[in-house]
Amino acid sequence: MHLDETFRIKVGLAEMLKGGVIMDVTNAEQAAIAEKAGAAAVMALERVPADIRKEGGVARMAPISKIREIMQTVSIPVMAKARIGHFMEARILESLKVDYIDESEVLTPADEEHHIDKRAFKVPFVCGARNLGEALRRIGEGAAMIRTKGEAGSGNIVEAVRHMRTIQKEMKQLTVLGREELMAEAKKHQAPYELVEYVAEHGKLPVPNFSAGGIATPADAALVMQLGAEAVFVGSGIFKSSDPEARAKAIVKAATYFNDPAKLLEASEELGLAMPGLDVSKLAESELLQTRGW
Amino acid sequence: MKKVGVLALQGDFEAHQKALQRAGAEVVLVRTAEQLESVNGLVIPGGESTTMLKLLDAEGLTEPLRRFGRHKPIFGTCAGAILVAAKVVNPEQESLGLVDIEVERNAYGRQLDSHVTRLHAAAPLDGDIEAVFIRAPVILHVGPGVRVLATHRDHPVLVEQGRHLVATFHPELTTDASLHKLFLDKVGNGNR
Repeated sequence: MHLDETFRIKVGLAEMLKGGVIMDVTNAEQAAIAEKAGAAAVMALERVPADIRKEGGVARMAPISKIREIMQTVSIPVMAKARIGHFMEARILESLKVDYIDESEVLTPADEEHHIDKRAFKVPFVCGARNLGEALRRIGEGAAMIRTKGEAGSGNIVEAVRHMRTIQKEMKQLTVLGREELMAEAKKHQAPYELVEYVAEHGKLPVPNFSAGGIATPADAALVMQLGAEAVFVGSGIFKSSDPEARAKAIVKAATYFNDPAKLLEASEELGLAMPGLDVSKLAESELLQTRGW
Repeated sequence: MKKVGVLALQGDFEAHQKALQRAGAEVVLVRTAEQLESVNGLVIPGGESTTMLKLLDAEGLTEPLRRFGRHKPIFGTCAGAILVAAKVVNPEQESLGLVDIEVERNAYGRQLDSHVTRLHAAAPLDGDIEAVFIRAPVILHVGPGVRVLATHRDHPVLVEQGRHLVATFHPELTTDASLHKLFLDKVGNGNR
């Protein structure tokens, strides 16, 4: 494990976000609403995933003026998305001093073979993963936080559940194996051996593991937290609903009281309509965002 | 065994839980007024102070927490230091007013300005500690009843006032449990 000082500071901020909600915002006004509702951080992006899905085209890093405006508006950490493999978008975001970069499958990939060498940066990165191998490859590249991918912009929790369950199960499996079995596992997961060894020993990732992609209700947030998510990212779920402010607040409450059904009931009362959802199984392979990343 | 709580609304409460257990305490994660009543000391962890404030307010925990602090020890780290302060700036926000300090949020800058350093702490610790600063606040002023135990870049970073202890950094992110032990020394056994 490369637990040097820089990496500890990167993971440190991820630790601070635990039990919280990171909300996608596209402008200062939305960022202010998110902060007021109790968001632990905001994610600046050009369009929320549901709109990227609908409008198509190339999705890139958000306009700098928008990100700056968001950074000036809120006192909580501001993250921003860069395209997979686009290390120059990442360099620009680092110069802008955003607090975290999400190398995200929600944007159109810039490189279909390589991810960003995240160890070369001082700013921390979060990356998406669908399974343990993908998570460990990203950590190997220097990611200081993992979020399961789910299916962004779908309003459907099924993929987030699948990915969280997959990672948890694969981690548990490693803990019962003998040491001599770990190299074959590393080969199978296509993951760095030292990281496979770490998971086998600790039963968890060496960095915080959050959930994203499809969270639309307080119940959704509580569900992924029950399955092992340490915090949640909500993308389209808030600002594509009929009641962003109330919903944002309700999801914040659900992330804290995920183990308290009475509080979850309180959080779910008097909410309007959630965002419209998609049946992920009916989406064409080419429409899936989760398959981006290698 | 001393029974202490960690405010678990948001933040790195699990890291504190582990550190306190290493220091020999029984730990309760506190999310309700009833849980708060069951403990003899409380750690307010790092995390986002604005998130914690909203939840404290929405769940009616602000007053119970103020009352708790009038009789029992609180250890605030980073966001916890902001919550227990008498005054908060950048931006101005509500706080519990339990420790006579004025605090500026995010005073070192953004995440890129987060850093790790070694500090000398005065007695009773009287030794070096590792201090992890993550988007940390700065203590601008301390009142007359506040004792400064350590400073960094000309500002107090570890202070105590009576039963309360405040650090602007994250002792829970190191393997050294000496500050948690110092806090436990302030905590009673609940036989009062």
